[in-house]
Amino acid sequence: MRYRPGQRVRVAARPHEGHHRTPGYVKGKICSVHRVHGPFTNPETRAYGMDGLPKQPLYLVGFAQHDVWPDYRGQGDDRIYVDLFEHWLEEAE
Amino acid sequence: MNEHDHDHDHSHTPITNGHEPAAAERARALERLLVEKGVIGREDVREGIDWLVSRSPADGARIVARAWVDPTFKQRLLANARGAALELGLDPGPSRVVVAVENTEAVHHMVVCTLCSCYPKALLGPPPDWYKSLPYRSRAVSDPRGVLSEFGVRLEDDVEVRVLDSTADIRYLVIPRRPAGCETMSEEELAALVTRDSMIGVAEPAAPAPVAS
Amino acid sequence: MQRGVHDRGGSPTDAPIDRTEHELADWELLTDALVRALDRRDLVNVDELRRGIESMPRGEYERASYYERWLYSVETILTEKGVLARGELDARLGA
Repeated sequence: MRYRPGQRVRVAARPHEGHHRTPGYVKGKICSVHRVHGPFTNPETRAYGMDGLPKQPLYLVGFAQHDVWPDYRGQGDDRIYVDLFEHWLEEAE
Repeated sequence: MNEHDHDHDHSHTPITNGHEPAAAERARALERLLVEKGVIGREDVREGIDWLVSRSPADGARIVARAWVDPTFKQRLLANARGAALELGLDPGPSRVVVAVENTEAVHHMVVCTLCSCYPKALLGPPPDWYKSLPYRSRAVSDPRGVLSEFGVRLEDDVEVRVLDSTADIRYLVIPRRPAGCETMSEEELAALVTRDSMIGVAEPAAPAPVAS
Repeated sequence: MQRGVHDRGGSPTDAPIDRTEHELADWELLTDALVRALDRRDLVNVDELRRGIESMPRGEYERASYYERWLYSVETILTEKGVLARGELDARLGA
């Protein structure tokens, strides 16, 4: 597992043809690792009849809502958490 | 003109409009076809239906009630909800990992699956239609306080709202806050206060009935 | 970046959240159980089910009910794998 709890990372903004579980609203956004879930089968290959191996590291990452939505109507501390695979995360500057 | 002003000493059969979607007959035909081909057995489908109808929020409520009365169970629950469910003899479902998140006076959690409708149905039963709906899937993440307000949840300004979008195989269960005024209730009585919606995070548990003086 | 039909987080909507609930109809329970049975037999896994749903044309996806989407996906995946012949189910229904 490459990233540690508390580490600041960015969600990749790359286009992806085909099945993947990174919602559009978080692509390109800064977040921090909240939980390290460990390895899970890869839905991006398993969705096409492959076995989803090797397993890929999965994390629960957290975003400040104000970083995600330009016109977020809520409190400054509000957060949103998403389960994302390591290959969708990059180190943040 | 049929006015129902006669005595109701006979039962009415339920009113159906007799109109199923085309999908209904399609599903039945698909089952017959797959059974004929030996792809699945009829008993496979029977088992699946039996399992699904056996699921209800009562299981999740038992977990929450135990967590309310037993702090060490709560710690185990927060560390490994799947294991905690098994401890109580409950079926946590096929997800390898179930995570329980605790509401406190400082934090309120709400769960959604924006991409489809992932939901801890082993512990809560099948998800309600609104959970699977496009408006909920859209707004739970971008306007959770607006959604909570529509559901009748009033939060103080200093409470942090945390939305969890279940995008992978992890299933999330909210441990709502124990209501005031139920300190002497039994675990079973407490479980009866824990609603399905409070374990999704769009409601608070039911208030205990006032004690007769 | 174009989002999939299923990728709904934050998508603009004025629609209220309709809180009417309905008991699952027999055919919906059947569809759910069918998918579980196909998964246990390694014929349609959950990722394939989702991928099949995501292949629906946008209008169809948005009009379909939850289990109508599942049914669409199962037919798509099983046809892709040759478990169902193209048009076989339609023929069975006399369509």
